[in-house]
Amino acid sequence: MAVTMAQAINQALADAMAKDERVLIFGEDVGKLGGVFRVTDGLQATYGEDRVFDTPLAESGIIGTAIGLAMYGYRPVPEMQFDGFTYPAFEQIVSHLAKMPNRSRGTVKLPVTIRIPFGGGIGAVEHHSESPEAYWAHTAGLKVMTPGTPEDGYSMMREAIEMDDPVVFLEPKRRYWMKTDAAMPVTTEPARDAVVRRAGTDVSVFCYGPMVRTALDAAEAAADEGWSIEVVDLRSLSPLDTDAIVASVERTGRAIVVHEAARNLGIGAEVAARIQERAFYHLEAPVLRATGFDTPYPPAKLEEFWLPDVDRILDLVERALAY
Amino acid sequence: MTDAANGQVPASTDASDRPDPLDFLPPDEPVHLLDPDGTYHPDPDHPIDLDDAALRELYRLMMVTRKVDREAINLQRQGQLGVYASCMGQEAAQIGSAYALGPDDWIFPSYRELGAALVRQVDAAGFLHLYRGTWLSDHDPYKHNFGLMSIPIGTQALHATGFAMGARLDGNPIVAMTYYGDGGTSEGDPHEAMTFAGVTKAPVIFFVQNNQYAISVPLAKQTAAPTLAHKAIGYGMPGYRVDGNDVLASYAVTRRAIDRAREGVGPAFIEAMTYRMEAHTTSDDPSRYRTQEELEEAAKTDPIVRMRNFLTKRDLYDSALEDAIEEQTKQVASEVRAGIYDAPHGDPMELFDHVYLDATNHFEDQVAQLRSELSQGGEV
Repeated sequence: MAVTMAQAINQALADAMAKDERVLIFGEDVGKLGGVFRVTDGLQATYGEDRVFDTPLAESGIIGTAIGLAMYGYRPVPEMQFDGFTYPAFEQIVSHLAKMPNRSRGTVKLPVTIRIPFGGGIGAVEHHSESPEAYWAHTAGLKVMTPGTPEDGYSMMREAIEMDDPVVFLEPKRRYWMKTDAAMPVTTEPARDAVVRRAGTDVSVFCYGPMVRTALDAAEAAADEGWSIEVVDLRSLSPLDTDAIVASVERTGRAIVVHEAARNLGIGAEVAARIQERAFYHLEAPVLRATGFDTPYPPAKLEEFWLPDVDRILDLVERALAY
Repeated sequence: MTDAANGQVPASTDASDRPDPLDFLPPDEPVHLLDPDGTYHPDPDHPIDLDDAALRELYRLMMVTRKVDREAINLQRQGQLGVYASCMGQEAAQIGSAYALGPDDWIFPSYRELGAALVRQVDAAGFLHLYRGTWLSDHDPYKHNFGLMSIPIGTQALHATGFAMGARLDGNPIVAMTYYGDGGTSEGDPHEAMTFAGVTKAPVIFFVQNNQYAISVPLAKQTAAPTLAHKAIGYGMPGYRVDGNDVLASYAVTRRAIDRAREGVGPAFIEAMTYRMEAHTTSDDPSRYRTQEELEEAAKTDPIVRMRNFLTKRDLYDSALEDAIEEQTKQVASEVRAGIYDAPHGDPMELFDHVYLDATNHFEDQVAQLRSELSQGGEV
């Protein structure tokens, strides 16, 4: 039976709770309602209101109390309901969650996994389609990961919850309904490893989260033009799997980074910098970026013009190959 | 008649078990047990269950705190500390309240809680390493049940609340107490913490030292609330008010809140009226915002003098005790100087050690870079 990414993550949460009674799930509407995307559906009924609970509507409070619960010995998995509502929790995440293990010389462990549905493409109202990953990746002390497939949705979530480091787990909301026939539970590659989703010889396309599907579609279309695209799913945005990135560029000599987030100082800038540091003599063309524009996220009727898509990627493929 | 027929919208929760709001309002005057001359006014609602040794211990702790506090200011003047935030004048509020906790209870402090830290037997020199810049924190929180000093104002209130939620969930009858100041009550995190604590009945005490100033800004510019303690009712918890320069009252009021929280009744808020006798930090210049006359008035309420007067009236203070405490404070000050004076820098390579428990792939090249820079004769 086919499993969606939302169901795969739900199953991962359920299995993590069954395995370890220290795992707690909380946030806005995650209990009785099962989350606005139903990712926590049924968990409160199974594991009770002590372990799956609705909080007051206060994001800093959710993350700040998660820190206290983690100090006590729990493994909190708080949910931020939408990407655009993580900002009230910014101080707790950046000033405390990320730093406290370091400040305490390792005596305080904070095994917190923050779940954040992120990205656009669902016609949502303002503040519900943001891609804030660069903020978290820029913050020392956090691990940042995002699945591009339902299998990774399950496996990476299990891994995140078992990590003793704090994790920002970005769920590509437009891919919640993406299906797989794989049976759960499933174990995929370790989250810190980038994975080649499609091998190719002409251009490497680096992507993550919601753009993995888009990049694969672009690779398929490129094949019709006779271009061989290698699609690399980064999976972990902090740390980045630099070795895998470099290895791919050494094979193809050309690189394009794809993300929904705005271009300026996005993950693409860091990937491009690492490529030129480590694979300069392998490059046949400049590293290019297919991204959202450096504007606020647009209103829903305009998002198709803003979001990177197959055509934007193929234009860059053509440009890269022209060198 | 249904709510709707009565013109009322249906309510999502049953209001019948709401407590009487009058129970949550603070008294007209702060609880006060000791006059400045040491006269004790017994109060049946706030009994003092302390024996003579404990009463002397409260005094000793205040004296040690003041001595270390003075020493820290001296060390900053000598360039040994980058900055220091004095708690002078607030010893009774901190020590009375912290002394009311049980050994398994927890404290989540701000950066001005030297007195509370010493009650928790945190090493005095270790406490000051944050200010020296040796490392960001020196003590093991789990050894002292004393969290890391939090510099972003009021943010630790949420950590205390989460910790208390965890204890309640675990069936562990401990209490968490968090300290912040009058300025902190304007921040969002204490508001969210009190909201969470009220809803979850978390055993957490919000102990606010109202020392009259947030750096330079006086209380009147911080809030229009009748008192800070009046805020508590909005979160469904009692707001207590206490004379924070009265160590016995600080102890008794906190003890009452702790007992209540430990029984599972819920959180409480305490406003301790006190006065910051020193500058905000050694970098501050209070002459720009308060007068010498005001300072002289405040000095008349000194909490240590008051407790000494009380002990004297009780025949618990004599020259032997005076000498012993004098000896001990000298000893602690000497240890602080020895621990701080010319303390070596930390090991630069430790910068990378605690950022991640699993640091794979994060910064191997940067570790190598720093190691190389150090090996090229870089003076550490």
